Amino acid sequence: MPNGVLILAEIADGEVAPITGELIGAAQRLGAGPVSAMLIGSGVEAAASKIGGVATTYVVDDPALAQYTNDGYAKAAEAVAKQADPAVVLLGQTNIGRDLAPALAYKLGTAVAMDTIAMEMKEGKLHTTRPAYGGNARAVNAFSASPAVATVRPKSQDAAAGGAAGAVEKVAFDASGIRSKVIDRKVATAEGVRLEDADVVVTGGRGLGGPENFNVIEELAHLLGGAVGASRAVADLGWRPVAEQVGLTGKVVSPTLYIAVAVSGASQHMAGCSGSKNIVAINKDPDANIFKAARFGIVGDFKNVMPALIEAVKKVKAER
Amino acid sequence: MHIVVCVKQVPDWDIPPASFKVDEATRRVVPPPGVAPVPSQFDAIAVEAAMRIKDATGDAKVTIMSMGSTTARDVIKHGLAMGGDEGVLLVDDAFTDLDSNGTATVLSTAIRKLGDVDLVLTGRQAVDWDLGVTGTLIAEMLDAPVVTFARSITVNDGKVTVERVLPDAFETVEAPLPAVVTVSNELGEPRYPKLQQIMAAAKKQVNTWSAGDIGVDATALAPRLTLEALFVPQVDSKVEIMQGDTPDEQAANLAKRLHEAKLI
Repeated sequence: MPNGVLILAEIADGEVAPITGELIGAAQRLGAGPVSAMLIGSGVEAAASKIGGVATTYVVDDPALAQYTNDGYAKAAEAVAKQADPAVVLLGQTNIGRDLAPALAYKLGTAVAMDTIAMEMKEGKLHTTRPAYGGNARAVNAFSASPAVATVRPKSQDAAAGGAAGAVEKVAFDASGIRSKVIDRKVATAEGVRLEDADVVVTGGRGLGGPENFNVIEELAHLLGGAVGASRAVADLGWRPVAEQVGLTGKVVSPTLYIAVAVSGASQHMAGCSGSKNIVAINKDPDANIFKAARFGIVGDFKNVMPALIEAVKKVKAER
Repeated sequence: MHIVVCVKQVPDWDIPPASFKVDEATRRVVPPPGVAPVPSQFDAIAVEAAMRIKDATGDAKVTIMSMGSTTARDVIKHGLAMGGDEGVLLVDDAFTDLDSNGTATVLSTAIRKLGDVDLVLTGRQAVDWDLGVTGTLIAEMLDAPVVTFARSITVNDGKVTVERVLPDAFETVEAPLPAVVTVSNELGEPRYPKLQQIMAAAKKQVNTWSAGDIGVDATALAPRLTLEALFVPQVDSKVEIMQGDTPDEQAANLAKRLHEAKLI
């Protein structure tokens, strides 16, 4: 009888990634039985002791899993799920999770709900809420197959409050049959504060007119100790690197302060920033959609407003 | 080589957010009057990816495939105008309101019926449901490797080489054919067909297949995930617009309010 919640733990630079704690928190709150974790990779077993709040951590440790591949990780996760027999499997809507979850769900003969922002058990079945139609709508789905597999949007769930690490159980894995191969990887991190972790984000949109006008965005971001973001139009035009793109198909950010300059606020962009605690909009179009989500706004041309705002912020900081 | 591109027809996604409406009772989107459905954005880019491979290799056959209502013929025609060779339209009452598993079952069954398919391309996610699942399920059903979020795809020597877009990195992955690749917007804009190509497209072959034609029955399409509710989240707009006769005044007010709110 399937029971319990199995989560995919992820490691970054040897440390347990924040998504892991969020998945454990979500799993605990579901009340669908004991929570366990699966850890997949090469040389990862030592990290199992750092995963708190779970009864068991299943480990699949194999050199063939040193790099993520869909083939390798889907087979490994399938092996764990068949051993653990959970009612629910949760992964993060991360690089790995979003690629792995559909394949895992298929191998387990079930369905997957992607990029969920809320979930609950109702009469023994998982119900999930997720954004749809570019962020314009919310869809609620229920599972009629078991186990329920879902990915969880980062920062949509509160992390578990620590807890003891679980017993380690190693799971056998057949490394043959991995068809794809990672032959190169070029990291493209922006300098300074990481966008997803920044407390302040200043984003420029297509209304800036050209890449040279991002100087005021960079200056304000630097002044506030924040990160620079870009709308998808700006990234597609090549004005800013893809790594800075905020939106449904870019980064989803939830800073304390999000300043959107010359950004219209199309739904797919709002899908990336609506988790921000405070949105400030600067746009010369008073009907721009961004104002509906903003707490503060200036209707005006960035060319005049931004230099003035930079000076005003400098003054405020000097007076403290 | 033979490439199949799966293109979904969706309500026009490029409408102002204020025009987006949902009928909660039927759990359906109500498009603004007179706004025609369109190819899903990333699927159109997948067609572009196929054309680039065809341009580079010189001898690829590209089939544009769509499951939908009869109006989906329009997205097939558009793909043919971009340079596709043949179309497959999958229409059947049994094909309405399928979940991802059902959709992938229909598409993969049709792909198998075509035979000799080397590469299947889809968009990274459909712009209506934004799931990003169908391409991977097709791969599972065809027992082929899948590579997602492609910004460039090259084929040679029975292998596909894909440059993937990740949030903080670009990754190059190689997989043997036959394979499935999902395409992201970073690949580039779809080419705009010339009038000549649009007219030529009208003469290209489009096969229309039903559930019986491809040999898929209702039990294989039974839902694993059901839609319980679809709604537009209410947003109370309470924006405080800064007063001021000059940008200097507006900016000074904003800085003051942000400071008061302990945000700077």
